[in-house]
Amino acid sequence: MSHSTEHIDNTRTVEPSNPNPNSNPRFKNWKIVFRKLKKNKSAMIGGFFILFFIIVAIIGPFLTTYAPDTQNLVNKLQTPSGEHWFGTDNFGRDIFSRIIHGTGLTLLVGFFSVLLGATIGILLGIIGGYYGGRTDSIIMRFMDILLAFPGILLALAIVTVLGGSLVNVIIAVAISSIPVFARIVRGSTLSVKKLEYIDAMKALGASDTRIIFKHIFPNITSPIIVQATLNIATAILSASGLSFLGLGAQPPTPEWGAMLSDGRNFLYNAPHVALFPGLAIVAVVLAFNMLGDGLRDAFDPKTKE
Amino acid sequence: MFKFIIRRIIQTIPVLIGVSILVFSMMHLVPGDPAQIMAGESAPKEQVENIRERLGLNEPLPVQYFSYIGDAIQGDLGNSMRSGREVTEEIGTRFWVTVELALYSTIVAVFIGLIAGVISATRKYSFADTSLMLIALFGLSMPNFWLGLMLIQWFAIGIDLPSWVPFISDTSWFKPSGWGSFQQVVLPVITLGTGSAAIIARMTRSSMLDVIGQDYIRTARAKGVKERIVIYRHALKNALIPVVTVVGLQFGGLLGGAVLTETVFAVNGMGKLIIDSIMARDFPVVQGTILVVALLFVFVNLLVDIAYRFLNKRIDLD
Repeated sequence: MSHSTEHIDNTRTVEPSNPNPNSNPRFKNWKIVFRKLKKNKSAMIGGFFILFFIIVAIIGPFLTTYAPDTQNLVNKLQTPSGEHWFGTDNFGRDIFSRIIHGTGLTLLVGFFSVLLGATIGILLGIIGGYYGGRTDSIIMRFMDILLAFPGILLALAIVTVLGGSLVNVIIAVAISSIPVFARIVRGSTLSVKKLEYIDAMKALGASDTRIIFKHIFPNITSPIIVQATLNIATAILSASGLSFLGLGAQPPTPEWGAMLSDGRNFLYNAPHVALFPGLAIVAVVLAFNMLGDGLRDAFDPKTKE
Repeated sequence: MFKFIIRRIIQTIPVLIGVSILVFSMMHLVPGDPAQIMAGESAPKEQVENIRERLGLNEPLPVQYFSYIGDAIQGDLGNSMRSGREVTEEIGTRFWVTVELALYSTIVAVFIGLIAGVISATRKYSFADTSLMLIALFGLSMPNFWLGLMLIQWFAIGIDLPSWVPFISDTSWFKPSGWGSFQQVVLPVITLGTGSAAIIARMTRSSMLDVIGQDYIRTARAKGVKERIVIYRHALKNALIPVVTVVGLQFGGLLGGAVLTETVFAVNGMGKLIIDSIMARDFPVVQGTILVVALLFVFVNLLVDIAYRFLNKRIDLD
């Protein structure tokens, strides 16, 4: 079955590079990839912005004039000004400072849900691809079942069960990203497994674990890196969506999706409350998508240097 | 072909069973006593016991599962805790609202996506290509619930235009909520369709570029076939095959995306029903609706696979 989640178009997933153990190709390949990446303007802009957001997340909270949850009802719903760059929300809280404080949250949610989902997905995919047979079909059927819930519906169902909190959102988004990784890794494992040097390793008596971790995994990292980067973008969208629905971060956490949900009620008289958190989400997601696209091209042996 | 369809249908059976088990387990995986949660923290003991009895929660799990599935197959998904009405009745017309929303969005997305993709591919690296792909990238990166809010603000609440603009004074052209009339449908459809339009545009572009690079296109050009005919008759036809799959998957995916769009625009579809029921801890409705959406998605995927196979007879059976 060929499924795909809502915002992922893995139309041109990367073939694993052909390994040649004699000339340390891994090192050479990385150099080529990096050279290609450096020439890709949009990827570099994406990477630069990701770096920028990470720095903002780390030092930003120390630099803001206003605390993210200090209420000031006299100043509520003020339009952007020199005092409050992005205006204030319905509790008179400074939106700019809330966005800065929410940056770290957004990045952490994206990063950890992909880390968790990818780790499980990679393990399942390698095991399925390497051992094949019944193990493989059980794993892949299970992935099909997870993929039968379209879009954020699976994450939604999981959060419903676990209860609304940011940690549970990470778990839910992680689980819903497992199948994508499992499928890609399984495919790559299948093609690497066929190569002669794997047979040679087996003939030499190497254990399965050794073959998997020392000889297969290092050769399938490129599609994983591409998918992980693109998936952080999707994960951030899903997580903010869940918070927007009231199932994620709980008030007064300055989570961007939750802030948007607050802003919803003030579209008539204070549209800026919904505008800025949304722009922040777009900027971060865009950065990861740009870097991911660039990585995909850079890892693709068909694109020229 | 017939054999393929039969086999493909048989393949979905384990998926359907798995989906039903997952959906069934939802209520039992919730930490704490489901009956207590549904009754509320401070509900009297008899009421909790009553709910437990009514939902058959005293039976062993496998018995509960089989009775749930047995009933579901007969079109009985239980009763809502809130309204007491049958879950199928609650879903009722909402089913078609969500299907309509997803369908219109898909149509709009295909239309825009295909045009943008073909323009981009035929004018590779031109200004048009670069800007279209940049827009697509934005479309892909936008949370659709935020886009919905912005559209409400710009085109439903409206922005006052300066007095020198003739004929129109503001942009409050559409309605911010509800479903049915043209004015209500436009904004949710754009909201839900944008992401898909972006994906289809990117997909069409790369698929077209692949095809245009092939020998038979060069041959057609060498024979002196007009460029328009080369592009629209020879190239597009083959380039569309992978796009069909994406379109089908998008339609399915939009059923899930509808949750957010319906919430933003207060569209009374299945997505909003799920959210409202989650908030009210009305588990039978949450379960039933999620089950219906998942089944619909599986069914759409089945159709897509069959269509794909029909279009591309070169795929071997395994």
